[in-house]
Amino acid sequence: MINEIALHSPALAIAIPLVFAFLLPLLKKWKKLAALMALIGFGAAETMAVLVFKSVLTEGIKVYVMGASSIGQTTPPFMPVPVRIILEIDAFSALMGLAGATIALLAAIYSIKFIKESHVKYYSLLLLMLAGLLGFVFTGDLFNLFVFFEVLSISSIGLIAFWLKRSEAVEAGFKYLTISAVASLFVLFAIGLLYGEHGILNIATISRDMLFYGFAFTDIIALGLLVCAFAMKCGTAPMHFWVPDAYGEAPAAVTAVLAIASLSSVYALLRIAFTVFGPLPHTEIIAYAVIIMGAISLFVGATMSLVQKDLKRLIAYAGVSQTGFILVAFGVGLVAINNVPLQAFGLRAMQGGLFHLINHAFYEALLFLVAGAIIYRAGTKDLNELGGLARQMPLTAVFFLIGAISIAGLPPSNGFASKILIYESIYFFSPLLAVIALISSVIVVVPMVKAFCSAFLGPEIKKFKSVKEVPGSMILAMLVLSIIVIFFGLFPGIMLESIVNPAVNALLNQAAYVGGVL
Amino acid sequence: MSGLSQIVKTVSLVLFVPILTFGLYVVAHGHLTPGGGFQGGTVIATALALFLVAFGAKEFKRILGKDFLSAVESIGLLSFGALALLGLGTAFFANFLANSGGLFGKSVPVGANAGIFNSAGTIPLMNFAVGIEVASALSLVLLLMYLSEKGVGK
Repeated sequence: MINEIALHSPALAIAIPLVFAFLLPLLKKWKKLAALMALIGFGAAETMAVLVFKSVLTEGIKVYVMGASSIGQTTPPFMPVPVRIILEIDAFSALMGLAGATIALLAAIYSIKFIKESHVKYYSLLLLMLAGLLGFVFTGDLFNLFVFFEVLSISSIGLIAFWLKRSEAVEAGFKYLTISAVASLFVLFAIGLLYGEHGILNIATISRDMLFYGFAFTDIIALGLLVCAFAMKCGTAPMHFWVPDAYGEAPAAVTAVLAIASLSSVYALLRIAFTVFGPLPHTEIIAYAVIIMGAISLFVGATMSLVQKDLKRLIAYAGVSQTGFILVAFGVGLVAINNVPLQAFGLRAMQGGLFHLINHAFYEALLFLVAGAIIYRAGTKDLNELGGLARQMPLTAVFFLIGAISIAGLPPSNGFASKILIYESIYFFSPLLAVIALISSVIVVVPMVKAFCSAFLGPEIKKFKSVKEVPGSMILAMLVLSIIVIFFGLFPGIMLESIVNPAVNALLNQAAYVGGVL
Repeated sequence: MSGLSQIVKTVSLVLFVPILTFGLYVVAHGHLTPGGGFQGGTVIATALALFLVAFGAKEFKRILGKDFLSAVESIGLLSFGALALLGLGTAFFANFLANSGGLFGKSVPVGANAGIFNSAGTIPLMNFAVGIEVASALSLVLLLMYLSEKGVGK
């Protein structure tokens, strides 16, 4: 039985949250039961993600063919090419899936007390979001990539505008709707171009085609469109304008999942750049575009974070700057892969970038959950009104400090571990870039100190005298995230060896990805 | 809110049955002819839309409530998921009914033929599930839009 489940775990990881999401509306009358079922759904999805991750790390790339007479039968009998729905999971996708499922589970636990009304609708959408996220990172087919991209976007829109009574929430939802629609159309158009050129939608087969026959002009257009669309959806400057609105207005637990959902767009960008198009000389121009976008995000995010008065917007802008770090690192990696003298540094930069991606997902989630805890008890996220909360909410204050140290990249946090890898590798590519990254990282310290001081320190404010520590379920979610953040920071070597390096190698090994299907 | 005139009501009732039949036909023959669950479900929803416009939301809600439509939608989606999960003996979404000889289980001869209704395994069943889902979800959307247009409900 256990073996059977492990065998089908990639499909079940997507199917379980979907089925539970559809089940919940039937349990509308029994609110407690619905919440319990939702938690069971999140737990089961997390179990599946762990099983997938474990088997990918030990056995290499995992391929799952839906509807075939055996799950490994990628090409139907008498047909030379794969046409079925194929899930292809390498170490990178498995890692993203695991991070997504973990954060979604913690967000769901956090939401038990945090969300006071419309439990059923909320959990239904959150489960759909998880299903979209897992499908998005697990799929080995371009069209399914688009479908899950849409599932993810649409459920996110519903959750961003969850508090419909706030006009700002509706505005943020509408902004996200617009940006998602534009990005989805870009993706669909690019997929159409690729399909017209290669006659197939399977990522591995298209990748093999390009390795053998090189690029056509339409492929270059498709690459540009895809990079634009995914850069838009991961919130890089100058397309970052939706980030503070959407992150600021969504319920805090949703924001935590939304952050990893945005990072899954980074995953798609890398999958397209490294696996579909491969490290061929043509991709260098994309690499420079990614580096420039990353450098702008670094600076814009950090400086805009400085002037915010709203706690969640402040964290969101700091997050934009962290996405810049990831893009710069991978851009340098993409340039250096073809440049032999730089190759070692390129690899180092990519390790740093990928480690930062995972770290960023966790500490960003932690910071947003802390912001949610403040909203839950104090009822406001305006830093001008808050103050002295450390007396009443000591645990929350500690959690915020852990998250702030990580995002600012101070030792001994996980943010420091990944940022130092990025600095020392991009320095050899361009010292200027390293200087921009360092300065931005230093600037990010300032808003974090500001937020901590004005929310938690200072004299006691009368209005918040009766404020209590948040309930246990919320503490538990923040505690687990803090433990993950601290563990990653204290043992970066183990993490690099055991989870980051396999993912980087999987990303670089185009031949293995192609070989998984063909 | 009492709907349109008696003439419109009568004519819409006359049209209601043929539209519904056509919708069911498109759903049921999804595996043989163009169309399928989504398209057929939309046709069924247009019949319900006609009823909604002719008779008004009050009469519509008396027969098909919001909660009922929402529940039917969930049941459609769940049965689709269940059909996919039932294939897990071999693989997710595997067509375990095709060529089995039972329900929708006839095998199709090679070469040109008129199409055998009793074939294709789980595909027609999935079409029915999608048809139920789309018909109820679309009528729910129409009902909510109608209510918000009239400025009532919530």
